[in-house]
Amino acid sequence: MLSIKNLHASIDGKEILKGINLEIKAGEVHAIMGPNGSGKSTLSAVLAGREDYEVTEGEVLFNGKNLLELAPEDRAREGVFLAFQYPVEIPGVSNINFLKTALNEIRAYKGLPPMEAKDFLALVKQKQQLVELDGKLANRSVNEGFSGGEKKRNEIFQMAMLEPKLAILDETDSGLDIDALRIVANGVNKLKTKDNAVVVITHYQRLLDYIVPDFVHVLYNGKIVRSGTKALALELEAKGYDFIKTEVNA
Amino acid sequence: MNVVEKYTITDKLVDQINALQLPLWGSAYRKAAIESFKKQGVPNRKNEEYKYCKIDLILKDGFVFNSTKKITTEQLNKVNVLKDAITIVIVNGVFDASLSSLKDLPKGLIVCDIKEASEKHKPVFEKHYSKYADINTDPFIALNTATATGGAFIHIEKNTVVETPIHILHVSTTNENSIINPRNLMVVEKSAQAKIVESFVTIDTTANVFNNALTEIAVDEQANIQHYKLQDEQEFGHLVNTTQIQLEKQSVFSTHNISLAGSFIRNNLNIILNNEGIESHLFGLYITNNEQVIDNHTLVDHQKPNCNSNELYKGIVDGESAATFNGKIFVRKDAQKTNAFQSNKNILLSDDGTVNTKPQLEIFADDVKCSHGTSTGKLDEEKIFYLRTRGLSETSAKKLLMFAFASEVLNDIKIESLKEYLEERILKVFQ
Repeated sequence: MLSIKNLHASIDGKEILKGINLEIKAGEVHAIMGPNGSGKSTLSAVLAGREDYEVTEGEVLFNGKNLLELAPEDRAREGVFLAFQYPVEIPGVSNINFLKTALNEIRAYKGLPPMEAKDFLALVKQKQQLVELDGKLANRSVNEGFSGGEKKRNEIFQMAMLEPKLAILDETDSGLDIDALRIVANGVNKLKTKDNAVVVITHYQRLLDYIVPDFVHVLYNGKIVRSGTKALALELEAKGYDFIKTEVNA
Repeated sequence: MNVVEKYTITDKLVDQINALQLPLWGSAYRKAAIESFKKQGVPNRKNEEYKYCKIDLILKDGFVFNSTKKITTEQLNKVNVLKDAITIVIVNGVFDASLSSLKDLPKGLIVCDIKEASEKHKPVFEKHYSKYADINTDPFIALNTATATGGAFIHIEKNTVVETPIHILHVSTTNENSIINPRNLMVVEKSAQAKIVESFVTIDTTANVFNNALTEIAVDEQANIQHYKLQDEQEFGHLVNTTQIQLEKQSVFSTHNISLAGSFIRNNLNIILNNEGIESHLFGLYITNNEQVIDNHTLVDHQKPNCNSNELYKGIVDGESAATFNGKIFVRKDAQKTNAFQSNKNILLSDDGTVNTKPQLEIFADDVKCSHGTSTGKLDEEKIFYLRTRGLSETSAKKLLMFAFASEVLNDIKIESLKEYLEERILKVFQ
C-alpha cells in the first residue's frame, strides 16, 4: 500500500530525514518509535503534505501513485489520514459541517454524488458511538475548547468518518490519561480491517499495549535503525533509547 | 495681479442646490443647512475625518440631483430580500407608494413617507426631525438636511410591540451621475419594540450614484430596537450613510451594519447614550474586493452612568480594496460605571489590500470599564492545512474559515430569514 524509498527531507536547509525505507501492506499495523528529535513527526508531516518540508531525495508510492506529487487534499482523497499530535482549534467551523464538506469533496473526487443528509447524520451517529464521542462535541466548533483527550478522540472520530486506507497516528497517546488512551485505542482497533493499514508514531510503548503492532521500527537521527516485532517495543521500554543510540553510534 | 478664486466642487454643488425646486417639507431647516454645507464643504483627504475617502474625486465628475428614473415591481422583487416584512420602498430618495406594502399595519405603528408625516404627524415630526443629526458636525448631514426629497417615517407608539420586521428598501437607478438624499426618521416611544432593516441596492444603473442617506432614530425609555443595515450595491453605487441614534433611559439598541458591495461606502454611525441604564450593541461586517473603499466611522457617546456598549466590527479585505475602521468611544464626566468594549478584527487576503484601523477612547469619568482591541492578519495557514488533510480543497478550506470569521457577526441576527439570506449571500461573495 505504502512504499517509502530512500526518503530525504529537510526544513530550512536542515536535513531531518536521511534515507527512510518502509513498506506497509494492507491489513498491517506499524509502529514507529524513537527518541525526541529523531524525525518521527517530520515523517508524518511529509506524508501528509506539509509544505514547510522539502523532499530532497527518494520517493513515496501510495497504491502505485506518487504521493509526493499530490496536494494535501488529494492525499486525503486517495485515503491517507493524519491524526495530528496537536489538533488545530477552528472557532466558528462546526465539526459536522466541516466533515460533511470533507466527505462530499472526497466523494466528488471519486466521482460519487454528495451524501444524502439523512445518511450523513446516521453515519455521524454510528461513528460517534464507535469512538464514544459526546454528541455535543460533534456539533461544536472544531476542537474549540476541547480538552486534550477530547481533541484526540475527535481526531479518531474524523478518521472513522473518512474511512482512510492508511491512518497515521502522530503521538496520539501524548497527553492522554489511561481511560482516554483506552477509548482512543479501542476506536482505532474497531476501525481496523484487512484492507486498511495503521501507522502509530509514538515515543512510548504504552499505546502499543492497546494497539498491537505487527511491526515496530526505530527511527533515530532520520533513519530507521532497527525493525522488529512487538518484542522490540518492549525491549526499548525496558532499556530506554540509549542502547539504540550507543549501538548506532558505535 | 489678479486673484482668480477657484470654483470648487462645493461651490458648484451649492449653485446646483440653489437652483433646485426643493420640496416644502423640511423647508424650515434647509436654509441653515445649505449655509452649513457651504461652510464645511466637500471633504478632501486633508480632512482628518475623511482622510481615507476620495469623495472630492468621486464628485468632481459632475452630478445632478435626484434622478427621476423609475423601477418596476418585477425589478424590485429581484432585489427584495425580506419578503415577509412591512416594506417601504424609496426609489432615488423618493417614497414610492405603489411599490411599498403598508396595508394592515399593526395598531400603534405608523409607517409612511416623511413628506406625509410632516403634515399628518406634524407634532411628532417637529419634535424629532433634525433634532439629533447636527448639521454643523458633518458636511453630509448638512447636505442631506438641505436637499432631502423623501424617505421613511416610522412612529411606534408607546408599549407597541411590532413582530414583523419593518424594511426600508433604498433603490438607486439612474443613467446619469446622480446625488440622492433620502431622509428617514424613526421615533420609538416608551417600551415599544421593533426590528428595522435598511437595505441599499442599485438596479438598472449605468452611471454613478452618490447616495447620501441619513437616518435619525429616537429610542425612548425602555424601548427595544434591533436595527440592521445591509449595503449591497453594484459597482456604480457610492454611499455615505449617516445613522444618528438617540437612546433614552434603560433602552436597548442593537445594530448590524453589513457592507458587501458598492464601489465606495462611508458609514457614520453615531449613538448617543443620553440617559442611564442603556444597553447598546454595534456589529459590523465588511467584505471588500477589487478597488472598493469601505470606511466605517462609529461614535458611542456615553453621557450618563450605568450604561453598557459593546462593539464588534469585522472585515475581510481582498484585491486592491481598502477598509477603514474608526471607532470613537466617549465616556463623559457623569458617565460613571460605564462598560464600553470595542473590537475590530480584519483578515487581509491580498498584498495590495489596505486596512486602516483606529480605535479612539476618550474617558473623562474615573469609575469605568473600557477596553478596545484590534487585529489584522492573514488566514491561519495551520488551520488551512488541517482542513486540507481532511480532503477539503484549499479554496473550500479558506471559504470555510472566512465564513466562520464572518459568522461571529451574523450569529446575533434575530431575523431568521435575513440571517439565512446573508449566510447564502456571503458564501456567494467568497466564490
